[in-house]
Amino acid sequence: MELEIESRDIETQPFMLNIGPSHPSTHGVFRMRTTLDGEVITELEPVFGYLHRGIEKLAEGRTYAQIIPFTDRLDYLASMTANHGYVMAVEKLAGIEVPERGEYLRVIMDEFMRISNHLMAVGFLTNELGAMMTPLLYMYREREKILDLFDMVCGQRLTYNYMRIGGVSHDIPPEFLPAAKKFIQEMPSFIEEYDELLMENEILLARTKGVGILPKDMAINAGVSGPMARASAVDWDLRRDDPYSIYDRFDFDVVTGTAGDIYDRYRVRIGEMWQSLRILDQAIEQLPEGTVCTKVPPLLRPPKGDAYAHIEAPKGELGYYLVSDGSIAPYRFRVRPPAQINLGVLRDMALGWKVGDLIVIFGSVDICMGEVDR
Amino acid sequence: MEQWKYFLDLLAQVHETFVLTLQGAGLPSSLIVFLDSLIGILLILAFVFPIVIIFIWLERRFIAWMQLRPGPNRCGPAGLLQPIADAIKTLFKELVMPEKGDKLVHWVAPMLVFFAALMMFAVIPIGRERYGALVDLNIGVLYIVAVGSIGVIGIFSAGWGSSNKYSLLGAMRAIAQLVSYEVPMVLAVIGVVLVAGSLSMVDIVDQQEFTPFILVQPLGCFIYFIGAIAELNRSPMDQIEAESELTTGYFTEYSGMKFATFFLGEYVSTLAVAVITVTLFLGGWRPWPLPDSIDWLVPTWIVFPAKVFLVFTFILWMRATLVRVRIDQIMAFSWKFLLPVALINIFVMALEVLAWQTWFAGWARFPWFFVFVNIPLAVVIVMVWSRLFFKLGGGRVGVRALWPRDSQGVARDPKASVPA
Repeated sequence: MELEIESRDIETQPFMLNIGPSHPSTHGVFRMRTTLDGEVITELEPVFGYLHRGIEKLAEGRTYAQIIPFTDRLDYLASMTANHGYVMAVEKLAGIEVPERGEYLRVIMDEFMRISNHLMAVGFLTNELGAMMTPLLYMYREREKILDLFDMVCGQRLTYNYMRIGGVSHDIPPEFLPAAKKFIQEMPSFIEEYDELLMENEILLARTKGVGILPKDMAINAGVSGPMARASAVDWDLRRDDPYSIYDRFDFDVVTGTAGDIYDRYRVRIGEMWQSLRILDQAIEQLPEGTVCTKVPPLLRPPKGDAYAHIEAPKGELGYYLVSDGSIAPYRFRVRPPAQINLGVLRDMALGWKVGDLIVIFGSVDICMGEVDR
Repeated sequence: MEQWKYFLDLLAQVHETFVLTLQGAGLPSSLIVFLDSLIGILLILAFVFPIVIIFIWLERRFIAWMQLRPGPNRCGPAGLLQPIADAIKTLFKELVMPEKGDKLVHWVAPMLVFFAALMMFAVIPIGRERYGALVDLNIGVLYIVAVGSIGVIGIFSAGWGSSNKYSLLGAMRAIAQLVSYEVPMVLAVIGVVLVAGSLSMVDIVDQQEFTPFILVQPLGCFIYFIGAIAELNRSPMDQIEAESELTTGYFTEYSGMKFATFFLGEYVSTLAVAVITVTLFLGGWRPWPLPDSIDWLVPTWIVFPAKVFLVFTFILWMRATLVRVRIDQIMAFSWKFLLPVALINIFVMALEVLAWQTWFAGWARFPWFFVFVNIPLAVVIVMVWSRLFFKLGGGRVGVRALWPRDSQGVARDPKASVPA
């Protein structure tokens, strides 16, 4: 028997692979329809919406105060900042002043939340690089301490519902400040430990340096924000460029990368943890006495109009847009989710890389499906 | 004295007594071989399974310890019964068969992997002299290499028979990776064979009386160990499973006992690799550095497992520490780093063996002073070649970086727009 096969006789087909919605590293339920040439990604189509709960629509039937728990469920890895953005929008809409101590407590919680979120982001990134959970579990160790602090102030560990319209729900207990100071003192040694273990690991460098590059102009055009934009050398941080709350009182730097690759995103997040510690140090030092919340009627009726408030959430620019028709519920409630908008450039970053890289690029965006699908 | 010797080298002595008794009874030699093999197989199973169970427990506890968590600690003392509990659980699970899968291939795959791993133990000397191994095969090393590569077929058929795209990708990677790493691995073993002057595992252990081969050829040991890790597809070379990428690669569709067989096969082959590394490079049952005249004082059945556990712990340590290497980097590492270095290793070994035979012909064992040449040489070769490797772009070879395209579909160099 003679077998005559020439290469032009073999028909090859593109290989379609559905990554997700149920997959170990899609951070929930996200689906990527990829077309592969061997291992190389030639086409990618992200599919959103598997965790859609209609929070924006549901909010239209709730009072303004009742919406705060919804915002917890958006980005459940950074609920404090999610709360903060929303209450800021309501305060802007209704013209409510927040007492100074309340503002300080909000900033303290925000920065703790940022550290916790970045720990998770870096941890899961290494997990997707295939590190068998080890760095992640090291980072859980510190996150637990932050969660303990949150537990002290509001009794919750994941969905805090701590910020209220006009301030925060409770003043901090007396044991909070010593514990927070202890954490701020200890944390630098832990960040150094992560750097020691990860920063110059040869395999990590080979996997992340120059991979998944997001060019600066593309980052700006796509509306990418947060650590991801800063890694692409976009010098943009709302805490400095549009100082909300009391951020203009603190001295901190905006960390930026240069190359816009995965490694820079990881470095920017580590750098931001250092800056958060700086802000926390100053905020705890300056923390004034006084009330934490202004009196706000339980059924708030803001005047007709609209308001947009945005904050620098750990994942990027988190904005809330509220339209009031003068009733107790908002006419329209809209979230600008940083993670979803950052995810918009996934295809551009991942094309031409391999499946293994795609997972890491996806992980380096740092998303939370609760916020992406809402 | 005799009783002590018996006790200190239990398995080999029992084996010898058994064979000699059969011979004394005047049985035909073919029947003796048959009975010997039968008993040997049972003994190997009895030896391998408890160790594998301890391995599974050790892996969990050890990695848990490295990851700051307690690990399994509810079943039995310190969680020792956890593997048994898991085995019972998997036994009762449903065996799901993918509808469009290839039934025969799907079912045969786990058994192939499992038995290929198990067969390797036949030639491993776990006790003294000729009767320490089940068979003192004169082509022992060749047998191990040959049997070891049967597992690849099992992995590939699992990927093919499952009718799952993740499995297929895993199988594709498996073929590429396992075949690539077989080459430097075998070349590293050739260095051992050159020095020992024999393919028999018993002879190889015999040659390591004064110097374990890890000292004689650290480079060979290094290459063999890395190759073996890749063959086992353990982290950092676990591209074939790649949990975060391919869910679990080739055994994504396997459930229940089929999965457990794969799982067991993986651990048995890990044990096999540890055992082979110990035999080839760490002096097998020999309690180095004690010479032949007094080393009978140390029981072989403690020395050998101790070394095996040491190697296994090292594998675990790597698993808990390192991140995964990308598939093209793995391939580049094999062909551009391990293969040339393995060839250099063979060359150096051949020269030294030549020197041994011409100038030091009176030495019965490999001259120990070559150790002082080989260890610095290994360090220099590895350092120089890794420089060269990275200069050649070793880590990032083969990545076809299609630049991101803008809305018009025009590809651009992303570095052009990034400030330096």
